[in-house]
Amino acid sequence: MNIHEYQAKQLLAPYGLPIPRFGVADTPAEARAIATAFGVPVVVKAQVLVGGRGKAGGVKLANSPDEAEAAARLILGMNIKGNVVRRVLVSEAIDIGKEYYLGAIIDRASKRVVVMASEEGGVEIEQVAALRPEKIIRVQADPFLGLFDYQARELAYAVGLPLNLVGDFVKVAKSLYRAVTEWDATLVEINPLVMAANGALWALDAKMVLDDNSAFRHEFEQLRDVEAEDPFEREAREMGISYVKLDGNIGCVVNGAGLAMATMDLIKLKGGEPANFLDIGGGAKADTVAAALRIILSDPKVKAVLFNIFGGITRCDEVARGILSALEKVPTKVPLVVRLVGTNEKEGREILKQADMITATSMDEAAALVVEVSRK
Amino acid sequence: MSILVDRTTRLLVQGITGREGQFHTRQMIAYGTKVVAGVTPGRGGQMMDDVPVFNSAKEAVRTTGANTSVIFVPAPFAIDAIIENVDAGLGLVVCITEGIPTIDMLRTYHYVREHGARLVGPNCPGLITPGECKVGIMPGYIARPGPVGLVSRSGTLTYEVVNHLSQAGLGQTTCLGIGGDPIIGTSFIDALSLFEADPATEAVVLIGEIGGSDEEQAAAYIATSMSKPVVGFIAGRTAPPGKRMGHAGAIISGSSGTAVEKMRALADAGVNVAESPAEVATLVAKVLGR
Repeated sequence: MNIHEYQAKQLLAPYGLPIPRFGVADTPAEARAIATAFGVPVVVKAQVLVGGRGKAGGVKLANSPDEAEAAARLILGMNIKGNVVRRVLVSEAIDIGKEYYLGAIIDRASKRVVVMASEEGGVEIEQVAALRPEKIIRVQADPFLGLFDYQARELAYAVGLPLNLVGDFVKVAKSLYRAVTEWDATLVEINPLVMAANGALWALDAKMVLDDNSAFRHEFEQLRDVEAEDPFEREAREMGISYVKLDGNIGCVVNGAGLAMATMDLIKLKGGEPANFLDIGGGAKADTVAAALRIILSDPKVKAVLFNIFGGITRCDEVARGILSALEKVPTKVPLVVRLVGTNEKEGREILKQADMITATSMDEAAALVVEVSRK
Repeated sequence: MSILVDRTTRLLVQGITGREGQFHTRQMIAYGTKVVAGVTPGRGGQMMDDVPVFNSAKEAVRTTGANTSVIFVPAPFAIDAIIENVDAGLGLVVCITEGIPTIDMLRTYHYVREHGARLVGPNCPGLITPGECKVGIMPGYIARPGPVGLVSRSGTLTYEVVNHLSQAGLGQTTCLGIGGDPIIGTSFIDALSLFEADPATEAVVLIGEIGGSDEEQAAAYIATSMSKPVVGFIAGRTAPPGKRMGHAGAIISGSSGTAVEKMRALADAGVNVAESPAEVATLVAKVLGR
């Protein structure tokens, strides 16, 4: 789960990170009030869950409360890559000397927390990784003992940080490591970490990605920006359905994430365009199938829907009854193609004969059929 | 022959009295798996059908000689179960549970390795050696004995491919689901090296998906260390970047972890890459000269 910069700064502040004073504003008047209270130049920053805010005009320097109010008026309501700005962060401005990158991630390859630094801060680290990979220095934290000071010092030396700042840098690096482990983050990033013109170290921006699997032991739900979420993705999540909306016109209802992806790929291979990824999970209960169908059909572009269910141990007659009762709850004129395999598949197909559905026995056949009917 | 599980497997089910644990224990026994013990703290002395239940894994292992375990406990308690099973001396621990915090898996991964045990999963369907032993939740009837080893990050997609193989008369030595999480105990490379060493396996099927670089590492291993033919399939060519596709591990970050990249890496390593699950069976038949 992605969270906003201001939320990341709120979570990181207790670690003693050098974060410039900031406030959060939903209106230009609030932005003015924060700037007035600080009494110094501020930066007004759009709070959206995508990168590239600066390039999109979502970050502005304001030298006075008047300018802060004007900047907030300009940024609030702005659309940045499909995300409407509803909130801005107003932060004390720092006179930038040099920008560094510092981040801690869960590294899948080494199965360790890796802390990374670069002397090329302020740009997307992916870009640095692609163009000048030697400019990114990494150290691996021991899974049991954690990150050692000397490892953080190695990073500081490697990025050429002035020696009088190494101690502060080590504190920041160790805080990021602790934040990963204590907040169940998969990524914590300070980009840029800035050496100010007067020589002090500042964490100017912060990004955190939290592990959805850890929601049971944190109050992540309070951090979720439900307004920024697609309303149907939200409904799906609340129903325990994995759903991702895409741009095509063929809806798919599948059990299992891998099979769902393979189904989308096959639709594309047969010349169609999938409208979504959707995994109904195990069991395929009527309520879940009904919710899945309702969510898919809420997209007016959808011209046909494919059900691809590999029953496995789940009984197909049960799944079929689930689909029937879902169709009663969500009647539709959109053509439906169903492919059902597993225990009691014949009984399942028999039950579905009562419904106005096109049945297929193989995934290939089902994908070809759904592409065909989507064109009628 | 086979890998990891066979007729000699003596299985312990951790969480045997829960709904999932009971259901799948019965399925595994019906398949022919020797389920010798169950563990549910506080339920020691009871029976689950004909299986004795113990309070701890140590006691269960000491009493029954269990050598493999399968875990069906909820995510908040799953790490404790994995470590308990390893400390009880079980050499193979298969964790079905989905939703374990990633940070916890880091330490667990290293702990299991350092104690000489092997973890399969978490968030996996388990494994099956057709006609001999099934550990986990795979539907047993789709698998047939034969010369094909199969390893996959997925669940139902695995069943789809196994079904195609069996219907084409291409049986399997062992079908292994390694799990869809970012941090898993057994990697593609681990599985490939086991199949390479198994005399009965003549060809290997690798089913990957978007996210991470496990498939790319597998490709490098295949190019240098595999003599047996490999057929690959990667799910998620139509997946958009930055979105988690169901599995916690199935996410394209920035421009890395795409299906196209993985398919290219496998093809460059000499792997026959299928366009669809059905084509996997066609390609396996081809590499086996059938």
